[in-house]
Amino acid sequence: MPNYPMELLICSGTGCVGNGSLELIKAFREELKKQKLESKIKIAPSSCHGLCGNGPVILVQPDNIYYQNVTLNDVKDIVNTHCLKGEALIRLMPKEAVKNENIPKLKEIGFFSKQRLVALYNRGVIDPESIDEYIARGGYKGAARALIHMKSEEIIEEIIAAGLRGRGGAGFPTGVKWGLCAKSESDEKYIICNCDEGDPGAFMDRSIMESDPHSVLEGMLIGAKAMGAREGFIYIRSEYPLAIKHFQKAIDDANEYGLLGKDIMNSGTDFKLSIYRGAGAFVCGEETSLIHSLEGVLPEPHGRPPYPAVSGYMGKPTNINNTETWSNVPHILRQGAKWFASIGTEKSKGTKVFSLVGKVKNTGLIEVPMGITLREIVFDIGGGVPNGKKFKAVQTGGPSGGCLPKSLLDISVDYESLQEAGSIMGSGGMIVMDEDTCMVELARYFLSFSLEESCGKCTPCREGTRHMHDILTAITAGEGKEGDIELLEEMGELIKETALCGLGKTAPNPVLTTIKHFRHEYEAHIRDHKCPAKACKNLIKFEVIKENCTGCTLCAKSCPVSAIRGEPKKIHEIDQSICVKCGICRSVCRFNAIGVD
Amino acid sequence: MDKMIIDNIEYRITGSETILDSAKVLDIEIPTLCHNEHIKPYGACRLCLVEVALKSNPEAAKLMPACTTLADPNYIIKTKSERIQKARHFIMEMLLSRCPESNEIKALAEKIGVYSSENNRTKDYLLNRAASYTDTKCILCGLCVRVCDEITERYALGFSGRGMKRRVNTPFDKISDSCIGCGSCAYVCPTKTITLEEA
Ligand SMILES: Cc1cc2nc3c(=O)[nH]c(=O)nc-3n(C[C@H](O)[C@H](O)[C@H](O)COP(=O)(O)O)c2cc1C
Ligand code: FES
Repeated sequence: MPNYPMELLICSGTGCVGNGSLELIKAFREELKKQKLESKIKIAPSSCHGLCGNGPVILVQPDNIYYQNVTLNDVKDIVNTHCLKGEALIRLMPKEAVKNENIPKLKEIGFFSKQRLVALYNRGVIDPESIDEYIARGGYKGAARALIHMKSEEIIEEIIAAGLRGRGGAGFPTGVKWGLCAKSESDEKYIICNCDEGDPGAFMDRSIMESDPHSVLEGMLIGAKAMGAREGFIYIRSEYPLAIKHFQKAIDDANEYGLLGKDIMNSGTDFKLSIYRGAGAFVCGEETSLIHSLEGVLPEPHGRPPYPAVSGYMGKPTNINNTETWSNVPHILRQGAKWFASIGTEKSKGTKVFSLVGKVKNTGLIEVPMGITLREIVFDIGGGVPNGKKFKAVQTGGPSGGCLPKSLLDISVDYESLQEAGSIMGSGGMIVMDEDTCMVELARYFLSFSLEESCGKCTPCREGTRHMHDILTAITAGEGKEGDIELLEEMGELIKETALCGLGKTAPNPVLTTIKHFRHEYEAHIRDHKCPAKACKNLIKFEVIKENCTGCTLCAKSCPVSAIRGEPKKIHEIDQSICVKCGICRSVCRFNAIGVD
Repeated sequence: MDKMIIDNIEYRITGSETILDSAKVLDIEIPTLCHNEHIKPYGACRLCLVEVALKSNPEAAKLMPACTTLADPNYIIKTKSERIQKARHFIMEMLLSRCPESNEIKALAEKIGVYSSENNRTKDYLLNRAASYTDTKCILCGLCVRVCDEITERYALGFSGRGMKRRVNTPFDKISDSCIGCGSCAYVCPTKTITLEEA
């Protein structure tokens, strides 16, 4: 590969592509051509940097300077000012990072400073479609060590010693699971990568697949040797076209390089890998359903035991791990169990990738060491709540997880602490909520997701979640009855106790945790017919604040249902019988003259 | 230590059997709805839940379906406890709410004591307040689908939709060419929802 004095790494992950990064790449190439700089400056499409909300983003190397929200109009300026004159463009940096004329390097920017990259080691640095760039950064060294120098049991012992636990939600020790599958006697064994990722608002696994597909592939190759599997599958949802494309390229290249196929690295290990595209049902992420889906039968879960390690795909021993779990494996083999176990807490080792979304300034993908606090994630990395609003709660674990209030912001993010607080680590969805979010409505939203995604096989998940949803709907409509909170608690516990698979067993969690931490909001809806967050339409009323109204007519002009009347320069009035409570009047008013109660 | 304990009885397991099989040998009654001994266990209705604990950790019992869980000498099993009673009543109450017209469901509810048990919030809601969503007596136990697949091998029935939209029907809602009118589906249906027509 030719060496360039300077490189512009332009993110071409899904988020940035959506914001126009491909056009940007083209424009940079044209500009460099025009100025005859093509041999000096390399334009490199890179994987996702994580700050997807501020795309397109660019990293200039070797200066380690980060730019965000770059537009076509900035191309000339970046080339002329930064590349040629060596002056960084402060206007394209995150505002809060620029202090006292200090020009921040990547690591000095809040969003990046507290992150620790293991699973995302190559993010933003390599071209995900280049196996050579992966190898140049130490890729396939772990596999070489495992395949050539280690026995199966030694690999499993190394994973156990590292303390790696499943990143798909339940946190089961990965090495122990591998050991169970390795022990099962069979002519054929299979390993599977779970990239179904059905949680709303989560995109950790997609990003890993898109930005570092070889790390997953290498992890599976190591797993294949450890468990004696000769065939593997990637179960990935069809909604992830870029991830599928990158992974297919990784498989093709690995085949060409002899890293897949027969007698890999002359070690006697054979391994074949293929992609299976799922149709994107949440329940297909549950391992027994996933296996049914792979087999081509109705994707419904079945009870365990038998566990997949004993009887999985086609009745053969099968090991399923989450995408992020697999991508951690090569790093453990490369740098050793001791190194991995030095990151994190006593029982939760390593890092965790989260997709940080909702009411935070920096939404995006982050990887943090276990043991970091929620506060550090929300405020230091996420930059806090935008628009001067107050923080209210954070939901971890998506529809299977729980909602944690402000008073728990200082708990450590690890499997045990989150569970103790009533939530779960989950697969990495993290949704931040501000004071405008109604917790009853939030619980209702998550339950409606589980309700729609329930396969309908078992009675409690199919019928029970629907009943709970009805009760919540009544509460948000102001029709809740005294005792409904206790009813929800009772029913939620019964569903958790009786449902067949993890979907039903966890579906009540968002309801139960919001009741636990925000009971007063439920009570306000039921007893006072008030929504404290002023979000439930049936319980609020928009009114003109007479002292503030200047009669500017803007609200009347903006009202989509013509519910506002008033002469210019005179106080306006909202006709409650017409008002649909969309809140547009309130957001357009420049005089703070629309109140909501 | 090679015996499973079930309702305080030591029981020697003979080969590959489910907890439901073991209970039958001991004349312990466990109610079932989606089970038929000639068809593969399915574990969907959840009526047969029993408490299962490991001998090594007898305090931490979980509810598991007797019909699909294999008997294991490491298990201590309870089939009658307040916890199981609650769970079974909950299942029956949901089914009563789903198909209030079904005499078979009502009779089973009566038998396991749903009507005679003390009133509680959940029961009151499910029997008196809950909205009704279906006008079917089908409880989606899947016995008809499974008998058609496994015994007669006609594959003339299947499920469509998911969650509350799930239902049993013929492929594309058309009369299946493969249906031979054998009546097995109607025979196994616990709520007598399927009827046969003269062709
Ligand atoms: C309803 C439901 C959805 C799930 N979805 C996913 C998923 O999208 N991705 C995933 O890795 N695991 C998912 N899981 C967990 C898997 O069943 C399984 O535990 C996991 O893939 C094991 O991998 P790990 O040990 O590496 O975490 C889901 C579980 C349930 C009950
Ligand atoms: S009889 Fe066991 S779940 Fe239905």
